[in-house]
Amino acid sequence: MVDLTKGYPDKGYKIIGKPVPLMDSRAKVMGQALYTDDIRLHNPLTIKILRSPHASANILSVDVSEALALKGVKGVLTGADFKNTFGVLTISKDEPALARDVVRYEGEPVAAVAAETAEIAARALDLIKVDYALTDGVFDSRKALKPTEHPLHPELGRKNNLHKKVVQEFGDMAQGFEAADVVVEKRFRFASINHAFTEPHATQVEIDNKGNITVYSATQVPHYLHMAMAEVLEIPEHRIRIIKPHLGGGFGGKSDPFPHEMIAAKFALDLGRNVKLKFSREEVFFSHHGRHQTDLTMKLGFSKDKGITALGLDTLIDGGAYGSFGIVTTYYNGVLLQGPYKVPNFRFHVERLYTNKPMCGAMRGHGGVNPRFASEVLLDMACAETGLDPAETRLKMIHKENTLTTNEYRVTSVGLRNGLTEAIRRTNWHDKHDKLPFGKGIGVACGFFISGSALPIHWNKLPASTVRITIDHDGGVTVFSGATDIGQGSDTMLAQMAAEVLGQPLENVKVISADTRTTPVDLGSYSSRVTFMAGNASRNAAIRMRRLLVQAACELMEMIPPKYDRPEPPEDFFRQGGRKPDFEKGFLGANPDYTDGFIFEDGLIRSEKHNASVTFLEAVEKALEQEGILQVSGTYRAPKMGGKFKGSGAGLSPSYSFTAFIVEVTVDPETGFIKVDKATCAHDCGFPLNPLAVNGQIEGCIHMGLGQALMEEMIYDNGATQNPSFLEYKIPSAFEQPEVDIVPTYSDDSEGPFGAKEAGEGILAPIIPAIANAVYDAVGIRLTQLPMRPDRVVAALEREQKGGAKA
Amino acid sequence: MKILTLTINDVSHSKAVPPTMTLLDFLRDEVGLTGTKNGCDSGECGCCTVMVGGKPMLSCLMLALDAEGHEVTTIEGIAKGNDLHPVQEAMVEKGAIQCGYCTPAMVINGVHLLDNNDSPTDDEVKECISATVCRCTGYNSIERAIHSAAEKMREKQHG
Repeated sequence: MVDLTKGYPDKGYKIIGKPVPLMDSRAKVMGQALYTDDIRLHNPLTIKILRSPHASANILSVDVSEALALKGVKGVLTGADFKNTFGVLTISKDEPALARDVVRYEGEPVAAVAAETAEIAARALDLIKVDYALTDGVFDSRKALKPTEHPLHPELGRKNNLHKKVVQEFGDMAQGFEAADVVVEKRFRFASINHAFTEPHATQVEIDNKGNITVYSATQVPHYLHMAMAEVLEIPEHRIRIIKPHLGGGFGGKSDPFPHEMIAAKFALDLGRNVKLKFSREEVFFSHHGRHQTDLTMKLGFSKDKGITALGLDTLIDGGAYGSFGIVTTYYNGVLLQGPYKVPNFRFHVERLYTNKPMCGAMRGHGGVNPRFASEVLLDMACAETGLDPAETRLKMIHKENTLTTNEYRVTSVGLRNGLTEAIRRTNWHDKHDKLPFGKGIGVACGFFISGSALPIHWNKLPASTVRITIDHDGGVTVFSGATDIGQGSDTMLAQMAAEVLGQPLENVKVISADTRTTPVDLGSYSSRVTFMAGNASRNAAIRMRRLLVQAACELMEMIPPKYDRPEPPEDFFRQGGRKPDFEKGFLGANPDYTDGFIFEDGLIRSEKHNASVTFLEAVEKALEQEGILQVSGTYRAPKMGGKFKGSGAGLSPSYSFTAFIVEVTVDPETGFIKVDKATCAHDCGFPLNPLAVNGQIEGCIHMGLGQALMEEMIYDNGATQNPSFLEYKIPSAFEQPEVDIVPTYSDDSEGPFGAKEAGEGILAPIIPAIANAVYDAVGIRLTQLPMRPDRVVAALEREQKGGAKA
Repeated sequence: MKILTLTINDVSHSKAVPPTMTLLDFLRDEVGLTGTKNGCDSGECGCCTVMVGGKPMLSCLMLALDAEGHEVTTIEGIAKGNDLHPVQEAMVEKGAIQCGYCTPAMVINGVHLLDNNDSPTDDEVKECISATVCRCTGYNSIERAIHSAAEKMREKQHG
């Protein structure tokens, strides 16, 4: 039996830091967990969506009369039925529930039918007559920059298809490049890729006799869906209840409000009937929202003594037809390069373009993945040119603890140096790098990611996360949270927080989550925010509960209750109060402490000092006497921080994770096939709350990164999706997944719950350049285009004309 | 409509079904066994895998009527009451379950393998799960779970 806690410090916790199977895994392994499409509502209508066969066209007319006349058809919706457009970001609400007057991508919803059976709904779609006038589409981000009289989104008032342009510059680029020993520059290109979660989008809507609706939907963001739906349907939020059932994978692909959710709710309201809807796999690919196709030119200045002296990039990202998270993606393509190393002089210029393709949005590692590939490959080139060891060089350059980056991110905990050092040792890096036979290679790369965004995407002053905890008369603990378990295990994490603080076994803690009627607002599962933010909220709620119980226990034991310095975790506990943190003072905020002289264990609340105890249950009963219910809330707010310049909030996070990969590959120069033999990963997620879950995230990120590196790409021909199926959009199988070695890596984040940071996304980015750098070590070619398909490997080898001789 | 008679998880069912209905739709919509998932409806993802006559089959590619007379085992029929099959137990223990959407199929794959081979090699385990797509785990933990279940089953058998 492998001990997953080995290599991590023992902090004396009972539940935190222990490998805990996710609390819903038993239901899942028995087939009992209900996903959206598994719910059986009473007599639902089935909805099907008519999608545009054209990427760019004007809609001259839509005739639904024949469809409506078909027996069994209960309703048809078209673009005329929806007034308000929507979008996950308030600053780009540019998407209609159904296309009106114009279609902007192949597969865009144009009309929808609700019928008694799926067969009737499908037949009715064939009866809808849409008269299209084809228009010239734009399918390439460079072309989208050119002036046009007919941009995709004329409402922006631009004469081209630019959606968002961000330019930021820090320091003095010219001086930076001058100070460099070597300057390397390359153009990199990245295909768009899809999340490829296994559960297709699905929504069901139940309506009651007062016209209130309950929306069951496969969503990562119940709260944003709630707001968007109220706006699109023009009804108050209290008439809508959003419930996220078990969710079959998200990875960012379910983090927007979607047209089909609006359509389903509208049918339920209009027809007074329950409705259901589920995507085919083809529809999932049409809907997309995946990683942006990217065209990026990057220039890196490097000094043997000083490390990176300057980094500049010009990037075009192909956004597809609508905004989605694109404005954030635009920033993230630049700002996330501010770690894991110091970049003293930094400039980025990123433009997101609208094109007539399915929209792109957030996907695991959001915006940071492609530029990370470029910077880590360039760094490898710089090391090769200066004769430095690329692993040792990185080790030296990793941010020190308590650093302010050039764009004024506050980097607090950093645990990567130990992890990378150990990875170098374990892999026998120094015996292998530049020493393996032709065809075998080893490569290294590092990464950095946010633990949630410090600023909300809908500006408001509410906490980023709120958790409510109740205790029943029999001592059962229930945690209520809006956080969305998408398979990553956030429910289990929330329960661990409460169980640890309240000294309860995990099975005594139930979690009710992602239900807008019963759970407090949480912004959702995206940008790796849940552990840090909802986790802290759960911990804080549990601490408040603990104080109520200590109070009650003291009454029973006739003791004077402890005087807490601050009776409650103060609202501003995490705040630093200033723009520039004073790291010297050592006050970065900290986890509110709950050492109060009492111990919660074995069903007892014990006073250490007086050697007296009451049972947990007695304290619960006493505490219930006053109000009849025992209920508290806990919140999390990010500290005030960030520079005083436009766009300083992008990528600003209360803490950052750090990752390093060392990857070993075999490259077949004949066929061009790259086989990743082994991936050694060191990921600093602060203190790992649940090593079993963290390791699962690491292995999952390796899978997904491997896919983007070697095989995955959305292929479009004039906007037409060429590979909308798992046969044509290949993802790695068990045979491609390498052997994985996880190096225990940690730090103690002073603000993360029990010291934890993110573990779900940051891991993904560096595996891809680590593979590319290993390929260089193996056969001496620099691949600059993803995926690194065999044909590209062979072509690059031919270009290099190596003929068997290693560079 | 034709009358279909078959045994699902040891229970006999007899129902009128249209000839075009897939076994997957029959299981989910007619019998109410929603543990079997529909990830693509076209035989690509493997999430709909069930056991038919002791062999793993993609139920989305199989007509319900073709299962006539066969014994079908779905994920709901793997555990004996509250007692999990060693493969299920190991999947939970080894963290081989994240979103869980492929889990029922992975369990069926693993149970079938171990029914026929009590000490599978690494490649045999990879082969047995390679027809099912998992996007969360990277497969490593699923492989560990199947190996661990094999070990436990061997121990039990040989005392």
